Amino acid sequence: MLELIDTYWLYFLVGQYPNGPLGGLALSVLLAALALVLAMPFGLVLGLARVSPWRSVRWPVTALVFVVRGVPLLMVVFWAYFFLPSITGRKTDQFTTMLMALVLFDGVYLAEIIRAGIQAIPKGQSDSAKSLGLSYVQSMRWVILPQALRHMLPSLVNQFVATIKETSLGYIIGLTEVSFIAAQINTQVFTRATEVYLLLGLTYFVLCFGLSRLAFAFEARTQDRQAASRNTSTSVIPPA
Amino acid sequence: MPSFDLNLLLHGQYHDWLVSGLWLSLALTGMTLALALPLSVGVALLRLSPWAVLRALGAAYVEGIRNVPLLAHLLFWYFGAPELLPEPVKQWLYAGNIEVASAVVALTLYIAAYMAEDIRSGIRAIPQGQFDAGRALGFSFMATMRWVVLPQAFRVTVPPLISQTLNLWKDTSVATVIGVAEMMYQAAKVESASFRSAEAFAFATSAYLVVSLLITGAAAWVQRRHPVRAA
Repeated sequence: MLELIDTYWLYFLVGQYPNGPLGGLALSVLLAALALVLAMPFGLVLGLARVSPWRSVRWPVTALVFVVRGVPLLMVVFWAYFFLPSITGRKTDQFTTMLMALVLFDGVYLAEIIRAGIQAIPKGQSDSAKSLGLSYVQSMRWVILPQALRHMLPSLVNQFVATIKETSLGYIIGLTEVSFIAAQINTQVFTRATEVYLLLGLTYFVLCFGLSRLAFAFEARTQDRQAASRNTSTSVIPPA
Repeated sequence: MPSFDLNLLLHGQYHDWLVSGLWLSLALTGMTLALALPLSVGVALLRLSPWAVLRALGAAYVEGIRNVPLLAHLLFWYFGAPELLPEPVKQWLYAGNIEVASAVVALTLYIAAYMAEDIRSGIRAIPQGQFDAGRALGFSFMATMRWVVLPQAFRVTVPPLISQTLNLWKDTSVATVIGVAEMMYQAAKVESASFRSAEAFAFATSAYLVVSLLITGAAAWVQRRHPVRAA
């Protein structure tokens, strides 16, 4: 197993880079990060549309959310793979295809997280914003969203872990991310399939487990802060 | 672009391929569910065991499985694991449908890790007093679980388990990577044989969607029929 790592570690991590396109684990992480960054504004817009007071905004987005959540990610990838070229009129590479599919898929899942966050804010907050003369948009911007988004950091890290796992589906459309590279190494070595795929699994585990511990630490810190702010507030306002 | 040809989906060879894919996807879901449920109860009990070693074992299983993508599990169980088996067993496996067997193993181990966590939190939702009372009456750990805690935890656990079943249904699509002839595989096959991408994917999309909506509907029905009782 050691000589396997010794021979192929660089190929596994970055693919053919710098003599060819970036691949391997670096590509998986890059794709996941980019997808999440692009999915955030998209998810915010969808999440706001889901709680919008206007039906003409709320209904189409609700339908989109139901459809995307009802089909596998692979289905979205296939649609993107076969129909992006006919919309744009240009051949789309695998990276862009996978990125678009992930942005749509993650955007919809983030939208549900954001919607839940907004709906968890007590009704009194938006009522008092309205009575202070703020418009709907202003009360969202200055009162509701800052409170709703504050607690999203741990779930964002978890979403990042989920996205890294989702990038593995790029394998199916021939994107040279880490699973695809592992399969190529397996073809070259031929006789050591068990070790190659065990190492692939181990790599994902180290990355994703590490990140999920990070989310855990964030969560613990937020809770500590909340507890601290609760303590100070009770000293100012005596309990009724 | 040619117009959408509905007849392609209603009769003929392509129709047969797609429908057989749908049945295999459903069968994969059913087989996996039947195997994953007992396994996940076992893992959940390990996670709650009074012995630290067993708890660590359960935690290692759950974290080890959940932090690796399903695709890597499938590749391992299809390409990697059979190499470890003795020659006669291997011969026997390759003579049968090794794709489906590997997919069921990978899907079962994968979804059981998620289901175990749902069952564990369902059990933890039952107040400690219930467990203590069982023990005080002279029931063993297993007997207390069997007769006092699990029947109550069942109500709390069924809705999340149904939504895991929905995830399982969608996850079966990934089995296409190891050549299991399920719905996604057949849709891609029809696409490459007929260049009718819109028709093939429309069939697969609506089939996934309909089954997903049925599962969601089942979850809503169960929640109305068997609401969680305050303990």
